[in-house]
Amino acid sequence: MSSKVMICAAAREIKDGEMVFVGMRLPLLAFMLAKKLHAPRAIGLFENGVVRDAPAQEMLYTMSDGPNLHGAVCCTTLLDVMSLMQQGRVALGFLGAAEVDQYGNLNSTQVRRPDGGVIRLPGSGGACDIACLSGRVATVIRHEKHRLVPRVSYITSPAPPGGVCLITDKAVFRSHAATGILNLVSCHPGVSFEEIQSETSWTLKDPQRETPPPSPQEINILEQIDRQGFWVQN
Amino acid sequence: MSKSTVRDFGSKINVNKICSLGDAVSELVHDGCSLAISTDLEQRIPFAAAHEIIRQRKRELTLMAPISDMLADQMIAGGTIARVLAAWVGNVSAGLGHNFRRAVESGIPHHVEMVDYSNFTMALALKAGAMGVPFIPTRSTLGSDLLRRNPGLEPLTDARTGEELVAVRALRPDVAIVHVQRSDEDGNCHVWGNLGVTLEAVRASRRTLVIAEEVVSRQVIVSDPNRTLIPGFLVHAVVHQPWGAHPSPVQGYYNRDHRFFSDYHHQTRTWEGTKQWLGEWVYQVADREEYLCRIDREPLLLKNHAPAAPVDYGF
Repeated sequence: MSSKVMICAAAREIKDGEMVFVGMRLPLLAFMLAKKLHAPRAIGLFENGVVRDAPAQEMLYTMSDGPNLHGAVCCTTLLDVMSLMQQGRVALGFLGAAEVDQYGNLNSTQVRRPDGGVIRLPGSGGACDIACLSGRVATVIRHEKHRLVPRVSYITSPAPPGGVCLITDKAVFRSHAATGILNLVSCHPGVSFEEIQSETSWTLKDPQRETPPPSPQEINILEQIDRQGFWVQN
Repeated sequence: MSKSTVRDFGSKINVNKICSLGDAVSELVHDGCSLAISTDLEQRIPFAAAHEIIRQRKRELTLMAPISDMLADQMIAGGTIARVLAAWVGNVSAGLGHNFRRAVESGIPHHVEMVDYSNFTMALALKAGAMGVPFIPTRSTLGSDLLRRNPGLEPLTDARTGEELVAVRALRPDVAIVHVQRSDEDGNCHVWGNLGVTLEAVRASRRTLVIAEEVVSRQVIVSDPNRTLIPGFLVHAVVHQPWGAHPSPVQGYYNRDHRFFSDYHHQTRTWEGTKQWLGEWVYQVADREEYLCRIDREPLLLKNHAPAAPVDYGF
């Protein structure tokens, strides 16, 4: 159930009519879900240059798969779509990371091993650009203590001025408007506050609030989108 | 193709640019040179060219591209790369690139220097090269460790407004290697689908090698000049190589071979497995024709054709 809760929480971040930098995997499913429900006029930008106002008809492994180009409103350049974002036209961007800290900085470049060595990760891709240039940022991360750290060891994507919505498999966090600290705003159904605190490296306050569970309609749409369960494994 | 023909290309016209992949790589790719390759992002990745570069044992190359997918990992495994200027190195559908990690973390098969860009700053660096200016300002990377560690990104203050910006220094790769849907014999190319940073990479580079699914007549190209995204006067060699981008997709020609990407990911977890993979798919394969005999192309063929509506250039 947790990946469906995450996708639905991510979908709710997309407002109707917004331009959104989409990405792949769970954020892509969130975009597809939002388009079918509350945000039919949202526009999706992909960093390879694809612009879509209707989700692809087949499941994608990469943003350049044939089905993502077929029926696109526009196929252009990376420079073109990212320039639109730099102008301030993009309201929301999704990005991934291996580590997030309490200030909302994200790391997808390299992490330290317990023995002091370095694990090299793939790198920024468009993440740093999205953090710097889009209005708001949403990030989807597996909730583990070594990922939710006091301070990231490398700032790939600095905390954006518009704040971060952090969606994990246990909870939703949001940057506090004044302090910038990522506060817990809701615990996913069936996850206790104590469990979340024990897997988070900074001190949290119990929000006394549950993340709304996926509705039957949301579950139905997700199952239609990902028929083989490639991305939504549970 | 003789050496003098290639070196004399420049702005000359009426030179035969059609050649074999082996000749093109041997003439245009030199040890120590910088390459912009796999610039579309996940489509039209020039795997045939990369494998030829590995077979010809080119060394000390610098790779410049935002996201080269599995191609970068293979070129590193083949010992051809000394430096990578990129935003993301891995296997887009499967995750990490094991050979990139081994090279950067432990120097296996040899050390590779990584210079971290973001997608946008790599695009801007190539655009600056393409525009003939030393740098382009941006608001991206402010506050990041990319800005602190990449010498190609420098803090800049707008003298008029005082705004803090970042100057992205121009990149001028020695060679751009691009896979296209169709080209004429002069290298005028029709390309469609996502374009990534290909237009900027070709214009920034000193030389360009085109690998084309189809070589068509000049009449086909000039019938739709808006689709001619690479003009032939920038192109030094044209190789006709159908399926030259497999396992990546080419819109209108073939789909992505997802399984090939995931098999590579699993087989290359160890260095031993990587050596076996390179043997099977690169070193013990004479050329692309032999490679193509080993793959099942049938499942990758287009299921439905979707031609664009024609446009009228009449007057």
